[in-house]
Order: sequence, then structure tokens, then C-alpha cells
Amino acid sequence: MASLGGRRTTFLTGKTVTFIVLVLGSVIYLMPFLWLVRSSLMSTGQIFRMPLEWIPKPFRWQNYPQALTAMPFFRYLFNTLIVLVFVEAGTLLTAPMAAFAFSRLRWRGRDLLFFIILTSLMIPYAVTLIPTFILWKSLGFVNTYLPLTVPAWFGGSAYYIFMLRQFFAGLPIELDEAAYLDGATPWQVLWKIVVPLSKPALITVAVFTFLGVWGDLMGPIIYLNDAKKYTLAVGLTIFRGAYSTKWNLLMAASSVIMIPPIVIYFIGQNYFQRGIVMTGMK
Amino acid sequence: MKKFETKWGIMLALPGIVGYFLWVLGPTIAAIFMSFTNWSLAGKPQWIGWENYAKLFNDFIFKKSLFVTFYYAIGSVVAGLLVSFFWALLLNVKVPGRSLFRTFFFIPSITPSVAVAMVWLTLYHPQFGLLNHIFKSIGLPALRWIYDEKQVIPAFIVMSTWTIGYTITIFLAGLQGIPEYLYEAAMLDGATWWHKLCHVTIPMMTPTIFFNLLMGVIGALQGGFTQAYIMTSGGPNYSSMFYTYYIFLTGFQYGKMGYACALSVIIFAIIICLTVIIFRTSRYWVYYEALRK
Repeated sequence: MASLGGRRTTFLTGKTVTFIVLVLGSVIYLMPFLWLVRSSLMSTGQIFRMPLEWIPKPFRWQNYPQALTAMPFFRYLFNTLIVLVFVEAGTLLTAPMAAFAFSRLRWRGRDLLFFIILTSLMIPYAVTLIPTFILWKSLGFVNTYLPLTVPAWFGGSAYYIFMLRQFFAGLPIELDEAAYLDGATPWQVLWKIVVPLSKPALITVAVFTFLGVWGDLMGPIIYLNDAKKYTLAVGLTIFRGAYSTKWNLLMAASSVIMIPPIVIYFIGQNYFQRGIVMTGMK
Repeated sequence: MKKFETKWGIMLALPGIVGYFLWVLGPTIAAIFMSFTNWSLAGKPQWIGWENYAKLFNDFIFKKSLFVTFYYAIGSVVAGLLVSFFWALLLNVKVPGRSLFRTFFFIPSITPSVAVAMVWLTLYHPQFGLLNHIFKSIGLPALRWIYDEKQVIPAFIVMSTWTIGYTITIFLAGLQGIPEYLYEAAMLDGATWWHKLCHVTIPMMTPTIFFNLLMGVIGALQGGFTQAYIMTSGGPNYSSMFYTYYIFLTGFQYGKMGYACALSVIIFAIIICLTVIIFRTSRYWVYYEALRK
């Protein structure tokens, strides 16, 4: 493994300096989180106090229940989970199907079609935004969850199909051939052989999908106009508008919305890092 | 090619293929078509030819948002590449707690953009924000940050260097792909770490830099929506009117769908041109030998 200085000339001092710089960098990168948590446990008075105070006095734990009841938090959470479940299910069903067809079956036009699908990575979402909205509006499905969930049932995204295809292509084809000799169908080969061997890639897709749904702001803003249907991300922006002076509650609500992605990240960390690399490499 | 493979191949790929036509190709063609109409939420759309495009020339906000978006894209891509390359180099050194450090640098990138915007809203707060506290404590004047026309884009560029975890991860993978013998050969020639960086690491990393540059440019030109929506509303005085935010306002706030489509076609054309330019110029600076296995 190549290190910055090469192995033998890396003196202890070089490593020490690296270590110290990394500690300082980590402090800088974690500072906004510390600031967030610290502010979320203070009174608004203490947040504004000069000189700067880092330790809440007293710890106002009640900010959290207050923030969560000031907005219909559980309603938003429930809505977000509904969207999430349907998007995950659609993506994890149809993206592996397409990836399998594009990597482990040979048929005419396969590579051309795959290339065409890949071109969608180049098309900015801003271009498709308005016609897609008009389509949903003319179908009468604005203000439902369909515009946010149905597209996931059509391959998820070219990005996921690409990632899974790269992974599937790396598995030995003899596995499939043996199964076909035993009379298995491609459907069975996909779900009983290929998918169980592709957990890292599928977990990566699942985590990306989660992060996408959890943080999506534009989609819910455009498609949902009934406040009861809002997701957490939109809910937080509404909260900000309504309680613009209650910085402590806003910070508490913001910390809560950050927790699930961080937990998911820690669970899927090892797979996830490999997944990002897969998309960046040939 | 067996017969059942064709049947199953098409069947399994069908949702993805249909999805491509429904959600990507169809809407893209529709957007080009709609950009020649005065489509709005009310009333029948009419074909108005190049009128929307002609209007762009007199649209002050369009020009401003194009400028703002390019300013942000150039700043955030250059800063992002430099900062993430720097951290990737350090995170590639075997020091104790390395995986923990990697986690620390990555976590901001998985934070929902809405929450990121909320946090930075308070970091940049002119009265109680952390950054002004720090500035004052080291004797620098307090800034207005996102509330100032001149400072808002630099402030957003700084903010963008907080969420570079994906770029760092891809750089790290690239660094790990550099064969050790190149460093050993350089060492035999008595190279210092600086020489190794300039003559081994950077040339060998050009394919990875190329990838991150391309993704960065495409992403940054479409970026800024959440920041504008939550933090500045495109202000002050349109100085953070990011292009996607302007499209959103035009289409969904003012209901001028046709005009918004013309705007989106322009950014699409710009992204295609830049992609072609980046690919074309890559042969002069990307070390392709490294791509061959």
C-alpha cells in the first residue's frame, strides 16, 4: 500500500505530523456537529450569550420533546417511512433485474441498450423535472406519494443498475450455468444465486436509496401540497419558518433528523465504502 | 446466445428500459418541445417559437443566476478537489485510528442536505454564529457571510468543502491503486516526498482526478437548490440565485413552465458542452497508461 512518504523514508516525525493534522482536521469536520448538539441543549438566551459558551447550563433536554411536539414529527416520520418502504422495495426488485439482464444474460441489443441507459447519468434532473411534473399532474396524482415512489419501480436509477451490473459481472458465470443444467430459470438464478452473493452491492444500493429518500427536498416540495403529507425534510423547513427565533428547538429537530443516516452509515459502513469505490472505478 | 436468454433478458430489463423512456428520455424531449411554448399551469399552451430563448437575453435574473452558478461551480470544484486530495493523502498514511479519521471526514456527507443547511445557517449567523465568534477571538472583523452579496458565494464554497466524503473515498481508492514499486523506484533515485508527490502520485492519480472533476462539475452546476431554498432564498439581491433554484421558482412559483423548460434546456446544453470539453482536454493531462491493466 502506497503511503505519502513511501514506507522506508516515512520517519516517525512524518507520521506524527500527519496524525496531528488529522486530529485538527477531524476537530474542524466534527465542529458543526458539536455546535449543533450544544445549541440544541441550551436556552435561546444562552445560545446568544457572549463570550461563547460550549457547555449548556442547565442541559435543557426538554428541547427535544418540545421540538418534536411543536411539529407533527411522528406524522412526518410515518410519511417518510411510507415513501421509503415503497422506494426501497421497487429499487431492490427492479434494479437487480435490469443489472442481471445486462450482465449475465446474452441477448441482441443488450450492450446498446445498456449504453443508452447510462446516458441518463448525463441528463440533469432539472431538465426532466417540469415535464415529469406535468405528466403526474395530468394523471391527477399530484399530492399523492405516487410521483415519489413509482419511478423507483422502473429500475431505481441508472446509477444503481450500473453499480449492480459491475458487481454481478464479477461473479463466476459457471454458477449460473450449473443451475441452468439443473433446470433453473433465470429468475431463480437471479434471486437464489446471484443476489445472495451480492450483499455488499445491494446494501450499498439500499443505503444510497435511503439517503436519497431521507434527504429529498425538491420532490416533496413539488409534489405534496397538503401539510399532513409532508416528509421530515420538508417538515424541518416548515418548522424553521414557523419557529425562526427558536434556534435551540430548530437545532434539536435538526439533530434528530441526522441520527438515522448516521446509524445506517455505521451499520453498512464497510459495504458502503466499497460501493462508492465501485461507482468511481472501471 | 441461447433462446431463453433473449426472452428473459428483455423481460428482466424491461422495467429499467421503460423507466428510461418514461422518466428520462421522454421528459427530456418533452422539455425541449415545451421550451418553444408558453406552457403555464393555467390556459392552453401555444407554440411561440424561439420567444422564450429570445427573452433570456433580456432576463437579468437569468444572467445573474448563470454567473452565480458558474462562480459557485468553479470555486466549489477547485476547492473540493484540492481539499479532498489533501485529506486523502493524509488518510492514506498508516497512522493509529485511521479508519476512525476516515469516518469523521465522511459523516458530514451522509447528513441530509436540509440539516446541513440548518447547521450552517447558525454557523454563519452574524450575531451568535460560531465563525464570527472565532473571527472575533483572533482579532478579525466579523463578516456578514450569507447575508452579504459579495460573501455569500464564497461562504457556500466553504460550506461545500465540508461535504466531500465521496470525493475523498474515491481519491483514497485511487491512491491505493498506485503500485508500490513506483515509489520504491523513486526512492532509489533519491526522491524526496515532494518529488514523489509530483512525479508519481499526481500523474498516477490523473484518471481519478479526471473522474472527480467531471462528477464535480456536473453536480455543482445543478447544485445550490437546498442552500438557496433554506438559507438565502436566492438573495441578497439575487447574489445566490442558483440556476436550479431559478428554474424551480420560474416553473413552480411563477407557473411559467415553458420558460422554465427553456432555462433547463440551456443548462443541459452547457453541461453537455463542458463534458465534451473535459473529455477532449483530458488526453493532454490524464495519464492513460494507468488505465491499462
